[in-house]
Amino acid sequence: MSNPLSDLLRSYLAVGLFASLGFILVGLLLFLSWLVRPSRPQAQKYISYESGVDPVGDMWSQSQVRYYIFALLFVMFDVEAVFIFPWATRVELYGVFGLVEMLVFIGILLLGLVYAWRKGVLRWA
Amino acid sequence: MRVEMFTFLLAGAICLGGALGVVLLKNPVHNALSLVATLFGVAVLFVNQGAYFLAAIQVIVYAGAIVILFLFVIMLLGVDRETDEGREPLVAQRPLAVATGLAILGLSLVALLSAGQRATGDKADLAPLNQPGPDINHLAEVLFTRYVYAFEITAVLLTVAVVGAVVLSKRTNEPLIDLDEFPEGTVVDVRRRADDAKAQDEVDADAEVVAVPDTEGDPQEGGDD
Repeated sequence: MSNPLSDLLRSYLAVGLFASLGFILVGLLLFLSWLVRPSRPQAQKYISYESGVDPVGDMWSQSQVRYYIFALLFVMFDVEAVFIFPWATRVELYGVFGLVEMLVFIGILLLGLVYAWRKGVLRWA
Repeated sequence: MRVEMFTFLLAGAICLGGALGVVLLKNPVHNALSLVATLFGVAVLFVNQGAYFLAAIQVIVYAGAIVILFLFVIMLLGVDRETDEGREPLVAQRPLAVATGLAILGLSLVALLSAGQRATGDKADLAPLNQPGPDINHLAEVLFTRYVYAFEITAVLLTVAVVGAVVLSKRTNEPLIDLDEFPEGTVVDVRRRADDAKAQDEVDADAEVVAVPDTEGDPQEGGDD
């Protein structure tokens, strides 16, 4: 192939092979079990499993808002990592300017974390 | 068939299937999981274009974190409640959605058909990112030169989001409004004074009940048996 993109994609051939192999394997196993297993439907078999006892209440329950805070803090530092990676691969190119900019960026983000910490929402009590 | 075209078609089919699932499925959790499929498809499209860093970010941030955030919101609102499909929160939102979708489709078609091969030519805003070499380095160059203010404002945006979420979700025992701050004579102040007087009366009444000497715990009680 003359196109350079094709050479790059050729290195993803292994990924494609593994992905298709995974799909084939799962499909084959599901097909085999469908072929072999007996089918005796009972109402009890459709109850959600809860350690062997009959489940209490509904399957879905309302979660607490604290989970949202933790997930949001995770997203915040996820995005921070996204911006740190391009800087970290070429730190020497951006020098003091890049360092200051990155410190300002991290500092502003830390304000949010400090605020959440001082307000006590990080405490799981 | 060329590999790029095959990958593009496969990833595009996954994207469109996920998008249809987001719109058509009834269970909100299934909608969020369909969104994961769409985002993965977009990541494959990024790989197809040689943007490996963007592909990794797409999976880590969007499929990994943002959708989890969506799922937490869905669980917070409670998916067990029967949503009334017929009720529309916004007036005429369905016709508006159809009109907007058709308009975006038309604009995209016009841009594609009229621009020909140069839909993303060198004069586009993305030209600095289309140089040969790893996209992560080009991203950093643009980030620290042209978009440095936008980069810092992103941090402010995220911080504002966290502060807002903390303020909205914090459960306080104190009243949200300090009633003592209202000037004397206003309706709120008069009502507060009445409430205070009533509460004080109740406290006094309780104190009287407590103050009554109880006669039941007498030492004579155990002597008769």
